[in-house]
Amino acid sequence: MTQPTQEEELLAQQALAEAAVTESSEIISGLSQGQIVRKRFFGHTGALIGLAVFALIFLLAFTSVGAFGIPGWWKYNHVDVSPLVNDGVPTSSFWPLAWGEHPFGQDRIGRDLFAMTMRGAQQSITVMVLIGAIAGAVGAIVGGLAGYFRGWVEAILMRLTDVIIIIPLLLLAAVVGQIANRRDQGSWLTGFAANNGVVILGVFLGFVSWVGLARLVRGEFLTLREREFVDAARISGASNARIIFKHILPNAVGVLIVNVTLTMSAAILLETALSYLGLGVKAPDTSLGLLVAQNQEAFATRPWLFWFPGLFIILICLSINFIGDGLRDAFDPRQKKFKAKTAVETTRHSSATAPVAEASKGS
Amino acid sequence: MTDNATPEPEATQLETESDKRAQGAPVLEVRDLSVDFGVDKKWVPAAIGLNYEVRAGEVLAIVGESGSGKSASSMALLGLLPSNSRVRGSVKLSGKELLGEKSGNIRDVRGKEVAVIFQEPMTALNPVYTVGAQIVETLRLHNAISPDEAKQRAVRMLELVELPDPEKAFKSYPHQLSGGQRQRAMIAQSLSCDPKLLIADEPTTALDVTVQAEILDLMRNLRNKLDSAIILITHDMGVVADLADRIAVMRHGVIVESGTAQQIFNNPRHEYTQALLAAVPHLGQGADSADVDVTAALAAATHSELESVDHDELVRREVENQAALQLAAEEAAKPKGEPVLELVDVAIEYPKQGRVPAFRAVEGANLVIYPGQVVGLVGESGSGKTTIGRAAVGLLPVAAGSMRVVGQDISGAKRNGKQLHQVRRDIGMVFQDPSSSLNPRLPIGESIGEPMYLAGVAKGVDLQKRIETLLDQVELPRGYRNRYPHELSGGQKQRVGIARALSLQPKLMVADEPTSALDVSVQAKVLELFQNLQKELGFACLFVTHDLAVVDVLADRICVMQRGRIVEQGSREQILRNPQEPYTQRLLAAVPLPDPEKQRERRELRAQLIAAGIE
Repeated sequence: MTQPTQEEELLAQQALAEAAVTESSEIISGLSQGQIVRKRFFGHTGALIGLAVFALIFLLAFTSVGAFGIPGWWKYNHVDVSPLVNDGVPTSSFWPLAWGEHPFGQDRIGRDLFAMTMRGAQQSITVMVLIGAIAGAVGAIVGGLAGYFRGWVEAILMRLTDVIIIIPLLLLAAVVGQIANRRDQGSWLTGFAANNGVVILGVFLGFVSWVGLARLVRGEFLTLREREFVDAARISGASNARIIFKHILPNAVGVLIVNVTLTMSAAILLETALSYLGLGVKAPDTSLGLLVAQNQEAFATRPWLFWFPGLFIILICLSINFIGDGLRDAFDPRQKKFKAKTAVETTRHSSATAPVAEASKGS
Repeated sequence: MTDNATPEPEATQLETESDKRAQGAPVLEVRDLSVDFGVDKKWVPAAIGLNYEVRAGEVLAIVGESGSGKSASSMALLGLLPSNSRVRGSVKLSGKELLGEKSGNIRDVRGKEVAVIFQEPMTALNPVYTVGAQIVETLRLHNAISPDEAKQRAVRMLELVELPDPEKAFKSYPHQLSGGQRQRAMIAQSLSCDPKLLIADEPTTALDVTVQAEILDLMRNLRNKLDSAIILITHDMGVVADLADRIAVMRHGVIVESGTAQQIFNNPRHEYTQALLAAVPHLGQGADSADVDVTAALAAATHSELESVDHDELVRREVENQAALQLAAEEAAKPKGEPVLELVDVAIEYPKQGRVPAFRAVEGANLVIYPGQVVGLVGESGSGKTTIGRAAVGLLPVAAGSMRVVGQDISGAKRNGKQLHQVRRDIGMVFQDPSSSLNPRLPIGESIGEPMYLAGVAKGVDLQKRIETLLDQVELPRGYRNRYPHELSGGQKQRVGIARALSLQPKLMVADEPTSALDVSVQAKVLELFQNLQKELGFACLFVTHDLAVVDVLADRICVMQRGRIVEQGSREQILRNPQEPYTQRLLAAVPLPDPEKQRERRELRAQLIAAGIE
């Protein structure tokens, strides 16, 4: 019999006011939670810019140098060596706006930096998506099962996550990197790894970075399973699987999505760090981190070799972070920002909608 | 006086003691106070043009439903609103303007001149400091005194609020005190600097009736001792009748009526006030049978005399009660058929979790419900009433004894096993909190249809038709099928909860405090709907509640629980007209009546009950 607190009351008023808005525009079907989240997300300027920038980088990276055996529209690829033009200085310029032969310049032996950067961005995005998908799925399932069943299931699963948390990630990555890069053995794994080193890396990182997510999802399940609608579903005769996937998981999806995005942006940096240390992607293939590492000595003489990969690392990370930020705001109405100066005056009282509707029907 | 729209010529007619006392200058003067909240790039008003004043030693009650702006406007006085709010108008405390004041100055006012008693003492007290430390903090912030002196004063304050052992309470952490003690400690803290104005924001809503009565007594005593002005914010008309000198009724952010307590209760002029008063369930006037005079019944049962009521009058009322009681006894003797729910010596435990040992919440419970019967299960929080309700639908295991639900013994049933699955097709449950009991991600049509879908009763078009029928039954528009829970008000959500519970046409309905989270007027409508549905569909019902007045409206039989045991059970008439157990008597006496004069009688009786040494 707890009465709502001040803040909850306000939130309830806001929700009713929102419902009133939909009512007045005569939408009978009503907005689903998903639609509301979408509406809020698209009202978030930062997130929209982030989304646009990310989409642009994604398209640019995958269409320019081509992927999955399909050639792209750019004339070079990341391994082609061509004669140095103007000692490798970038040929692009803002005024007059020109693209030139090698817009990002060339490295010492004449490889096109634009092609290499695009290839690197591809690798980073691939790693990011793999980590996001694998860590998200494993984290949700492990956390969900542990939080829902409690008891020995929880004990085993959470001890497992504890074990994974304490293993130093760099050490593990180094070992996997060594195995994946051994050329002397002709096994299937090494053969596959030689060609798709970044996929192996992404899968591996995905399988170790779900632990944080699992703990968060477990916490969310622990609170949600005590909610009365779970009891209501059980009385209705719902099975455990139905309760987990139909009733609880959709309510935990906010936490999940937001944290997967944040894990993804951390994953890009992780891949970069590993490649920089020589444990991730190996030459002749390339990645953004590897480019930065390879060219750090050239910083004084050919700074563009350092700037452009760095710029793309920052752009990708920032845009993902902004998207994550927008998602968090969209899922959590408490984060709502309000600008007093631009606000419109209304005279309708916040409680004037629902109780009236209630009264008109009750009689 | 307060409502500037209508001049108040009648204010002289009903001069009372408090009116005479309150002739001094007003402590608080509120003029044209408006509060707006920013929602989605819009200013939505929460309070519009409020005017009122409070004098020293006077209690002004602001009454209204949740969302009417009563809390928001009072928090605005102290600048305690979130940043997306806007406050306009004028608030004068002893002639000094509070609005637009610098934050440093308003900090001096807070705690020293204006103090607040919050609704939830558990959350309003900081759990990591002792009660004493928190009172000392308040004292030393506003007074230049030594720690020792502050401690002495803090202990004196704790004495003043009648805590049994002030020294011990001083050293206790909030979680070591009971709910009532915590609220006393809160009051001690807020009174520690002798505030001129005390804002009590629903001070007793989170408490049980018996504790509520104690806190109200305390506040009345303090009012007389300290002579500060009090603003009492509440939705409970019983509390208002008990304490208030003057009343302001708020609706949709506007004060619709204001006047002295006598005026409002005896002669409400605004239709909303009338509706609000009519909606309050009066204990003893529930079902269609003759009214039960609870005060008289209690007086008879305890053989006590009331000074304020004529002796002859009481005797007459008692005779009436006796006659009605005999009638009820005859009716109760009729045969009723196979019981729907039968508990024999049932004990229920919360299973042990980790290192926390199992907790036995209910012991030796005996209870029978026959088809078509409504049994009210009443008790204070922690008495185990909800536990019995949850065990009856198989959400909690039975530790000992036997529990038969719709003809099947479920005391040994496996959790989520086949047998429970079978039994649950004949049970429905309505939950306490309507916003928590509906999945926020499912449209309400789907929530209502889920039991039928899972039981394989209906699918596709047939299912949709049945959902529509159910929505009709609970008087919701069919178009609401596609709406989501957050788009509905509390009362509407509870209707959805009832529709879901009804969807499999249950033989037994378990209702776990279905109206305690609702406003009085909404509660009245939901109860009416529930009553009609029960008569129409004839299901048996176990109605769990802490509110005796609610159970009185609905129940045929009443069971009273205390500390995990059923201490008394009988027909509605037996319990209300002739309560045997001292606990039941105390419970009945503690329910405040929404009528200042009747409440005064009741209060006297309660004082006698306690004085008579009934533990």
